Amino acid sequence: MPYIPNTDDDRRLMLEKIGLGSIEELFSPVPEKIRLKSLLNLPEPLTEVELLQEMTAISKRNKTDLVIFAGGGVYDHFIPSAVNTIISRPEFMTAYTPYQAEVSQGTLQVIYEFQTHICRLTGMDVANASMYDGATAAAEAASLALAHTRHNKILVSETVSPLYRDVIRTYLSGLDIEVINIPAVDGLTDFDAVKSLNDDKTAGIILAQPNFFGLIEDPGPVADTIHKVGGLVIMAVDPIAAAVLKTPSEYGADIAIGEGQPLGIPLSFGGPLLGFFAVKRELIRSIPGRLVARTIDAEGKPGFVLTLQTREQHIRREKATSNICTNQALCATTAAVYLSLLGRQGLKKVALLSMEKTYRAAEAILKIPGFRRYFEGSFVREVTIKTPVPAKQLIETMIDRYNILPGIDLGRFYPGMDNALLLTATEKRTDDEIARLTESLKELASDPILSRR
Amino acid sequence: MNDKILIYEKSVPGRVGTPLPKTGRGESEILNLIPEKHRRRDDAALPEATEGEVMRHFIALSVKNHHIDKGFYPLGSCTMKYNPKLNDAAASLPGFINQHPLAPCRTASGSLQIMLELEEYLKEISGFAAVSLQPVAGAHGEFTGLLIIRAYHKDKGKLRKKVLIPDSAHGTNPASVTMVGYEAVQIKSNAMGIITPEAVAAAIDDDTAALMITNPNTLGLFESDIEKVAEVVHKAGALLYMDGANLNAQLGVVQPGKIGFDVLHFNLHKTFSTPHGGGGPGAGGVAVTDKLAPFLPVPVISRKIDENNRLFLDYDRPKTIGRMHSFYGNFANIVRAYAYIRSLGARGLKRVSENAVLNANYLRVLLHDEFEVPYDNICMHEFVLSCDRQKKSGVKGLDIAKRLLDYGFHAPTIYFPLIVHEAFMIEPTETESRETLESFASTLIAISKEAEKDPETVKHAPYNTPVRRLDEVKAARELDVCYKH
Repeated sequence: MPYIPNTDDDRRLMLEKIGLGSIEELFSPVPEKIRLKSLLNLPEPLTEVELLQEMTAISKRNKTDLVIFAGGGVYDHFIPSAVNTIISRPEFMTAYTPYQAEVSQGTLQVIYEFQTHICRLTGMDVANASMYDGATAAAEAASLALAHTRHNKILVSETVSPLYRDVIRTYLSGLDIEVINIPAVDGLTDFDAVKSLNDDKTAGIILAQPNFFGLIEDPGPVADTIHKVGGLVIMAVDPIAAAVLKTPSEYGADIAIGEGQPLGIPLSFGGPLLGFFAVKRELIRSIPGRLVARTIDAEGKPGFVLTLQTREQHIRREKATSNICTNQALCATTAAVYLSLLGRQGLKKVALLSMEKTYRAAEAILKIPGFRRYFEGSFVREVTIKTPVPAKQLIETMIDRYNILPGIDLGRFYPGMDNALLLTATEKRTDDEIARLTESLKELASDPILSRR
Repeated sequence: MNDKILIYEKSVPGRVGTPLPKTGRGESEILNLIPEKHRRRDDAALPEATEGEVMRHFIALSVKNHHIDKGFYPLGSCTMKYNPKLNDAAASLPGFINQHPLAPCRTASGSLQIMLELEEYLKEISGFAAVSLQPVAGAHGEFTGLLIIRAYHKDKGKLRKKVLIPDSAHGTNPASVTMVGYEAVQIKSNAMGIITPEAVAAAIDDDTAALMITNPNTLGLFESDIEKVAEVVHKAGALLYMDGANLNAQLGVVQPGKIGFDVLHFNLHKTFSTPHGGGGPGAGGVAVTDKLAPFLPVPVISRKIDENNRLFLDYDRPKTIGRMHSFYGNFANIVRAYAYIRSLGARGLKRVSENAVLNANYLRVLLHDEFEVPYDNICMHEFVLSCDRQKKSGVKGLDIAKRLLDYGFHAPTIYFPLIVHEAFMIEPTETESRETLESFASTLIAISKEAEKDPETVKHAPYNTPVRRLDEVKAARELDVCYKH
């Protein structure tokens, strides 16, 4: 039997030592009448060679030769070859949570370095070991703000990822609190709405920089307004754009969270992802999840341990800051390797290349009759384009005719925005691919069959 | 000794790990597209090193880890079994890796097929009516399951207020209960280590939303009164939740959905062998009965097909609790779990549980003369021993655990469950050989003898590990959690 070393002889010997006559007797604590009498109804087992052949065939039912101009929080960035070499090491991949620090220094130091990378990217003081994804990090940040301020209202800008907003609502749905939507004007958080909806019940606000439409928000004045009532400012940031944008800390954010997938993690149909979570020093004892600290061993040698575990569920139980236990450690390791390889210059270069390519694509598209900017504000690495036909239809046709995924249909998230296409071009997109994108859009725009629909 | 241990300390300005193409326009021209007041002033001070240096840094770190490909991991309730490499190969197939989650569903037919089939397998294994693969970890599954329970009660017109949890439960259980706005109420296990219908009846009332049970429980004991317990729970209008952390004991033996449980969360990274990655990513998954299916998180994979005969994701679910994750769960681990089940089949899975239980009982019997085993009956896939006897010579369970590290073994789960003094919770799993179990047992017995003769040696262990015992007090007091220079 695969993966099971015990032979029939082993089993006989072991049963004898236990003092039992059969495997059946091992299950005597399970009442007879609830024990299954027949085998489960599952497909016949396959050998490795058969199974890989079958799964390869299934994987090919996905259409993954598309040229990807879609982002929306997860991006098709280049992953240096060394990333996979390192994170495929069984030492990282098959290790458990570092509860026994003396034999887990590899994982612990990597997490400490990951925490440092995130602090340096965001300008915050403390980052945790990871959350499940950006959306759950946002929801946990809202929980932190509610618990910390003891206020009962969370403001969430409509320009924050709709995926995050859905998860925030679900996460908080059992608590006696209010989640309030801050509307957008011209694709940006409506500051007047912030002022009028903010009051002394505000626990915090969640903003995104850049926002879901790709636009640059102005979080400074919002932060001042929220701080006046004792609320916390939570900023969702893109770790690539963070290399060129003012840090959440400089804007006055108390918590910075985001999706770390762009840092070397493949798309993989949206999982596993990597939530990062960073706070100002004074919130360290309220942070959810694991935290690694540097210390020394009995001989004075440097080493690393999990710390402040009294915040966590295995010690604090119902009073823990969160229920999170298993996190996304290997994805944090991936990001740590990626950021070490890219370094100070490289990460900025990825941001600059992605900006340049997105701008180049946008400029070419905007020359096509019928296409224009949906919103006027400054954007970074993603742009919302107004399309002459519904974006959904345009995307379908682009896939079928040209093998291009031109972006995301915003109509599926924002009622009334059916003609909005969210488009990005990472450093992976070649000049040729961008030219193909614009040429195909031009062809489509002049296609009478499509425009008649 | 080289005291530069961090990648930051090894960094030298100007070194490049991965070169990237030149930009077309100048750097400042691109940066000028960002209004000045929103521009970053100083570059993020990330390390600068060549690829070779980065490789050596991480390889040097990696070898300081214990891991399942290196040695035994008898961590109770963690099910650290061997992770077949076939599963990783499947998860890395380009067709799966390069799929953008927001591309139209019809470009993801292969991924959706894997998910749908895995849901079907898990329904069969667990005996439930519907499964969601969206939760990405055990605790995330608990949270999802409890939100479903809450939504069910709300739909029936009365929210209820509390959830009963046995004293042997994992900490995630009460923590999850708090997150859904319920109050966690602890109930006691009996002298045999299990929950009785009487104890449940005494604690339950019409404000009780659910009873959460880990089965087998964290003592490794099957809740043999489970059917009667379920009756009491259901009579009070509450639901019965099963924490599936210990599902490895009952594959093909019991279907929890058929014996009175209403909700179950899986830990695909335990039972179905996806690698633990140094703490994650895992994969949760929840299974529910028919009446709870409408509340599952969105999207669900529709059992219908669209007009072009393709699978699709269904968001039109009026009673759903909502979205629990950006997308559809930890897909790469879903692929691994799928591959694991397909390579074992029904007979193989049953063999998994049989051998997991056999190994645990064999190890229990090898150890029960030297150590106190408080519930020394036939156990399931794990058992708990106590180091109370050894404590008389001044050696704590923690010291014995640390001494084990010197011999190349990971320590068991220690000081848990809370109801056993100086607890060692031991789960060998089915992928360990008889020789490994015997070697572990004789090492543990030798340490126990050493504790009696030479307690000081044990108290200062480990000696042969990359670092000696670490100063946790200093760590918590000084809180160096981010490199500052």
